[in-house]
Amino acid sequence: MRSNGKTRGTTKTLVILGAGTAGTMVANKLRRRLPKGEWRITIVDRDDTHLYQPGLLLLPFGVYEPKDLIKPRDRFLPKGVDLVLGEIDRVDAEADTVTLADGRALDYDYLVIASGTSPRPEETPGMAEGEWRRSIFDFFTLDGAVALREKLATWEGGRLVVHITEMPIKCPVAPLEFTFLADAFFEEKKMREAVEITYVTPLEGAFTKPVASAHLGSMLEDRHIAVEPDFYVEHIDPASKTLVSMDEREVPFDLLVTVPLNMGADFVARSGLGDELNYVPVDKGTLLSTKHANIFALGDASNIPASKAGSVAHFAMDSFVENFVDHIHGRPMHHLFDGHANCFIESGHGKGLLIDFNYDTEPLPGVYPYPRVGPLGLLKETRANHWGKLGFRHIYWTMLLRGIPLPVPSLMSMAGKETAGPST
Amino acid sequence: MPVIEIQGKPVHVNEEGFLTEYDEWDEELAAVLAQQIGIDLTDDHWKVIRFLRADFTTQGETPTTRRVNAVGGVGVKEQFALFPKKPGKKMSYIAGLPKPHGCV
Repeated sequence: MRSNGKTRGTTKTLVILGAGTAGTMVANKLRRRLPKGEWRITIVDRDDTHLYQPGLLLLPFGVYEPKDLIKPRDRFLPKGVDLVLGEIDRVDAEADTVTLADGRALDYDYLVIASGTSPRPEETPGMAEGEWRRSIFDFFTLDGAVALREKLATWEGGRLVVHITEMPIKCPVAPLEFTFLADAFFEEKKMREAVEITYVTPLEGAFTKPVASAHLGSMLEDRHIAVEPDFYVEHIDPASKTLVSMDEREVPFDLLVTVPLNMGADFVARSGLGDELNYVPVDKGTLLSTKHANIFALGDASNIPASKAGSVAHFAMDSFVENFVDHIHGRPMHHLFDGHANCFIESGHGKGLLIDFNYDTEPLPGVYPYPRVGPLGLLKETRANHWGKLGFRHIYWTMLLRGIPLPVPSLMSMAGKETAGPST
Repeated sequence: MPVIEIQGKPVHVNEEGFLTEYDEWDEELAAVLAQQIGIDLTDDHWKVIRFLRADFTTQGETPTTRRVNAVGGVGVKEQFALFPKKPGKKMSYIAGLPKPHGCV
């Protein structure tokens, strides 16, 4: 059965796959730009629950309840956008059709893939077996964050290992934040001496970019957190509770908080549209598929060399909308995205840092968004940054998802940044 | 970008010493780069290096260890044996390519 028709008369159809952060913003922005008489917009997701993913980091420490982090997706979609609930089976990019698992088919003229990335514990031998959610936890799923909260409430201490399986991951600073928050959490519970914390990462240091990595690395050192760098996990032995690397190093744990391998949606792979991790190869400036001239990929679903984070999806949106409108009218796309990302980093005890960077410029110290006055400090621990992070949840629900402009520029600015930092 | 001389040949490198010009690389140069990081190139090393060079021309970016495994057919464990501790970084250095993405 065909639930909508491509090009009925002069009507064209845009189908958006995924109603998360990126998909919802696109639906809002493009509904305003595409005349209703000419364009039909359909958005597909498997359920009607929108999860505020940044909140998952704080939930294990008792900051939020699950109900604080979920709302119905349709509440954030404008009139004139049809929400279709169903599992996506595949995209036939030659026939311009999306097929759902229940047999429904959606024809499109243009397709936006915004189906994100998700943790895959089953991809690492030993991870998702007997110790899963007993002594091995993830926190980037609602179930995982809730299970971890229960574990932390009663854990008596021992070896806590915070671990990243492989890059790229959703929100690359989250495991560091988790580590800082855990340090503060145990200190506030007066049991920090009973906990040995080790940070295990496939990267060379605390973070991916040199200035921030050095800064965050010394923050780990100050907190007596050991770092095991260049660690590429081969398997986990659930019986002895040990992480084993490809070069046969072993890290024992009593409590493992891991970020499993992240991969894009399986339908992307089934449709032959993905790379080895199911991310859609796109031009990093226009986000247009490198293979299909009527398919774009936004947010975590694409392979752009930027952080997989809502802020990147958000900053990409303004240039994407202009490009999309130019593209459908046959004009060249020249609003190139610069890879701008902006992340709050919780550091515990009511403080946080902020980093701001793009494809070419690494995070630097300074102030944001206004030179001299800030009010937010870059690469510095301040209370304002912590309140910025907490306050952002409200901005997310009321403004960001609905595509209401925020008072910060989309493209990265050097204003307020200190460029005379250590050479790299 | 600085220009350095390797065996009398000027090459462009970045701040970490990675070659920045694809065409300035050749196999003799690779052997020198490998020696600088303590690796004697065997046939197994060359298989990886040649895959990296070829894949870069079609994909426009350096393959990750995962892709060297999935597409190049050399397992990650073996990559660690050939290029100890930091295979992604070491093999791209020897192949005269940028470090693979994923580090973002």
